[in-house]
Amino acid sequence: MRNNPYKKSWFRSYIGDHLRVSLASLGRLYGQPAATIMTTAVIAIALTLPVGLFITLDNIGKLSSGWDGSTQISLFLHTEVDNNKAKQLMSQLKKNKLIKTVELIDKEQGLEEFKKISGFGEALKYLDHNPLPIVLVVHPNIMENQPGRTTSLVNELKKNDMVELAQLDVQWVKRLYTILEIANRSIWVISTMLALAVLLIIGNTIRLDIQNRREEIEVSKLIGASNAFIRRPFLYTGLWYGLIGGMLAWSITLISLVLMENPIHKLALLYHSQFRLSGLNLENMLILILISCLLGLTGSWIAVSQHLKEIEPS
Amino acid sequence: MIYFDNVYKRYPRGHEALSQINLRLARGQMAFLTGHSGAGKSTLLKLIAMIERPTRGQIFLDGVNLNNISNRKIPYIRRNIGIIFQNHHLLYDRPVFDNVALPLIIQGYRHQEIHKRVRAALNQVGLLGKENNDPITLSGGEQQRVGIARAIVHKPLLLLADEPTGNLDPELSKEIMQLFVRFNQVGTTVLIASHDLELIKQIGSPVISLQDGKVAYNGLPFTVNSDQYA
Repeated sequence: MRNNPYKKSWFRSYIGDHLRVSLASLGRLYGQPAATIMTTAVIAIALTLPVGLFITLDNIGKLSSGWDGSTQISLFLHTEVDNNKAKQLMSQLKKNKLIKTVELIDKEQGLEEFKKISGFGEALKYLDHNPLPIVLVVHPNIMENQPGRTTSLVNELKKNDMVELAQLDVQWVKRLYTILEIANRSIWVISTMLALAVLLIIGNTIRLDIQNRREEIEVSKLIGASNAFIRRPFLYTGLWYGLIGGMLAWSITLISLVLMENPIHKLALLYHSQFRLSGLNLENMLILILISCLLGLTGSWIAVSQHLKEIEPS
Repeated sequence: MIYFDNVYKRYPRGHEALSQINLRLARGQMAFLTGHSGAGKSTLLKLIAMIERPTRGQIFLDGVNLNNISNRKIPYIRRNIGIIFQNHHLLYDRPVFDNVALPLIIQGYRHQEIHKRVRAALNQVGLLGKENNDPITLSGGEQQRVGIARAIVHKPLLLLADEPTGNLDPELSKEIMQLFVRFNQVGTTVLIASHDLELIKQIGSPVISLQDGKVAYNGLPFTVNSDQYA
């Protein structure tokens, strides 16, 4: 562009135009409140649904990680292993980062317990030696939502020569995690579809907007407006839709969480649990709004690239 | 300023709108384009404004061969041209000022400069003081003058007008034509499509008369016989 003292520099013109256009498109949305509210509400609802599902899933995961704490691995040692060797193994195991605590149940303790629980106490008196093995009870360090690590720990412990049998008695935890994994996947599918829906909503809204401003586009093209200049207000409109929709979705989520928090806390207390509903942190909120803005921008970009070409002055 | 070298324009339906057009319009000149409706006046203007492209031949605008201009570069060509339409093409959702300011905004003029130039342009067409009016509240003649102000606000090298007085009464038409004469006097090249024979004769600028897509006459208006451009 040639230098012209009456014109702004390329940079200032660019920034100034963006500022002007972004405010103008916001003003345009403000000027037609009914349409704006409806469109952004649809976007917000479509975004709130997956956000709500993710929060639910996240909370279930947190809740179940508490249950996971009760996971224990029973190591039945070979019968010829004596107490000293068992204690050696115990201190060795305690060094493993994956293990929180190890308890030793020696043969006598085991027998006592067995007598109490089984009711065979009298019969056991007739045995000339104690047939029970020493048992090490291992409490693993549970990392959230990582059932795989516990399983691999079990496999590792099995390899030890002194161990005859390693038993993880929490199959159901594994099943729960699998179900959560399936739920997680389905939520991703649902989210993707809803994101597409948002894209279509914004695309269609922008398409109508383009049609309504056909005259303006034609005149601008005749006066020498570049395609970027004509595109800009529509892209900003899409961006605003995304931003407002995202913030609305966040507010709806927040209100829903507030509404649910008390009853859930009460329920948790009934189960003697300190469980608290966790919602969106700042990072998640920013991600939500960022995604929403991106959807708005992409939706309008699709509409603009399809329909602006059709409008040529004649 | 404008140079047509053996230009043909055939529309997709097979209708030949222009054929074998050779024309030259010097910088600073003013000329009228006449002919029956359908003779190709609008097509010729559209070729200059790059709304249409020629089927054959070359058009030069200020020394630039328009055939070499890609679609992306068309806006920059149009910035040198001011176009005036019969039906104004004003934007009715914004006041007069914003309508006139549009070319300056598109070209990224400074804020103060826009104010200065819009007021100057409105002053030239006699509409100073109506900046904040909605175009719809203005009369036909006033709306046309807003259109003219918009076409000249960025001081284009070339002014194209397609039947600018088509909807106006003779008195207003004359005023509008006087405006064009004045722009021409300060150096703007002006090409006006019109069939207002009386007015053209009064002004006395050269006439290019089209007939069935061909140049039937190119010269001063006094010698042309009237049935050539009724």
